[in-house]
Amino acid sequence: MTAVQKRVIINKIALALSTFSALIALGFLFWILGVLVMKGVGALNWNIFIFEGAPPGNPESGLKHALVGQGILIGLATAIGVPLGILAGTYLSEYGKNSRLAHTIRDISDIMMSAPSIVIGAFVYAVVVMPMGHFSAWAGAIALGIIMIPVILRTTDDMLQLVPGELREAAFALGAPKYKVILSVVYRGAKAGILTGVLLGIARVGGETAPLLFTSFNDNFFTTDLNEAMPSLTVTIFNYATSPYEDWQQLGWAAAFILSMFILGLNILGRVILFAGKKRK
Amino acid sequence: MIDKIFFNFTRFSALLILIIVAWIFTVLFNHSLEAMNTFGLDFITKDEWAPNLDKFGAYAAILGSVISTTLAMMLAIPIAIGVAIFLSEIAHDRIKGFFGISVELLAAIPSVIYGMWGLFFFVPIIRDIFGGLGIGLLAAGIVLAIMVLPFMSAVTRDAMNTTPDILKESAYALGGTQWDVIKDIIIPYAKAGIIGSLILALGRAIGETMAVTFVMGNVHKVPSSILDPTTSIPVTLANEFSEADSSLYFSSLFGLALTLLIMSFVVIAVAKFYFLRKARRA
Repeated sequence: MTAVQKRVIINKIALALSTFSALIALGFLFWILGVLVMKGVGALNWNIFIFEGAPPGNPESGLKHALVGQGILIGLATAIGVPLGILAGTYLSEYGKNSRLAHTIRDISDIMMSAPSIVIGAFVYAVVVMPMGHFSAWAGAIALGIIMIPVILRTTDDMLQLVPGELREAAFALGAPKYKVILSVVYRGAKAGILTGVLLGIARVGGETAPLLFTSFNDNFFTTDLNEAMPSLTVTIFNYATSPYEDWQQLGWAAAFILSMFILGLNILGRVILFAGKKRK
Repeated sequence: MIDKIFFNFTRFSALLILIIVAWIFTVLFNHSLEAMNTFGLDFITKDEWAPNLDKFGAYAAILGSVISTTLAMMLAIPIAIGVAIFLSEIAHDRIKGFFGISVELLAAIPSVIYGMWGLFFFVPIIRDIFGGLGIGLLAAGIVLAIMVLPFMSAVTRDAMNTTPDILKESAYALGGTQWDVIKDIIIPYAKAGIIGSLILALGRAIGETMAVTFVMGNVHKVPSSILDPTTSIPVTLANEFSEADSSLYFSSLFGLALTLLIMSFVVIAVAKFYFLRKARRA
């Protein structure tokens, strides 16, 4: 066998192995998706949206409490995380730029993005739940908001930097003060990017379970009281899936399916907006 | 005037990140002081975790975290590198787009769903093959591996894609096969980036809670084999935080949270500041 033949054979083997590993990965992931769709769609029905949680064995049980609770928690978290994230990103891109402080903030925020979310839950437990004396929707929303800030900060920073400097200079030349330039020129130029960042941020915290376990805790009944424990889809999935009751497990699959579709939908929407924004330019 | 106010608003928001991080460390540290004072080093070297006797040793949890993530890395790294090579070098453009986007979307699926799948579909398989309960380190390692795979493949692919085409083309022009180009051009060129990406995925895996909580078992015992149920730091926190009843118990749990935060902070910082920065400079 010549050296060339040997290299060709090794090449074929290596490429086959890597294709094979791609197939393994894809196989597992489609297995999970398949299970999710089969189990989830099978467990879906209108009762889920009409009824709240009930003891096992009760046919009139649903997920209304968890769906509404999830909405409230994510809404509050967005109200906390988005303004702070966008403002902080604005500082980095428009004022801090390449200063040492700006770089430190970027680095720390990047680390925060990958930090264990359950630790954020423990932190919020110590500073919100312990002083209040009980679990609350506020605590859950604050935990999610903290997790959201670095995601929004990063995309805002990146997206604002993509706005050409000439645009800013043109606005300055017309005599606009800096805040006006940022608000009506830079933000407008980066609109699609910021929106994508917000959607991805919401998607990121929407699937978080760990930081909610001991902040907003859980509840099997419908509530809109922000000072009380608040049910969420994710914690409900966890509780129902680990319960021994078949009908609760069914509800758990339905909740898992709804949650995944919501998060995948946000991710896809974010990409579409970004893509459409790029194309227009 | 408004200019000043706006500037201060943005600066305050940016500084808030630093404040929150410092605050998290301080709070966790203060709350774990009681446990540290009571147990000293025993906290991380003893494995007796007995809430009823007020004895807390986190050794089993720390060991569980280390073994389950190591296991997950051993399984995930070769496959992720394979997927990254496939995505950046082998696949045709159309497959690349579809496959690449599905990998990224899968990285967004909530971890609680990976955990649920693991409990209902994967644990029974392990039970049938190896006997025992099925839940334990092996199940946790495998579910964790599957869970980090999409993220790991995506970032590794991005690292490989930084190799300039002209370098690859020169190697092809010299008669290199695809594999020659991958192993002699792309991997050496993107080495720092690839290692950084893998470590970053490791940092995420250490703190991952929900995917493993379902399949770990939460038994505070040093396992005698990877088939035994055991616990890890996030699993202990998830299961016991809302049940703790004594202040020493709480303090020990905060101690665990601090340990976990430090572990993942160090790993992520090494990935970001050492490897990924080097990769960007190259």
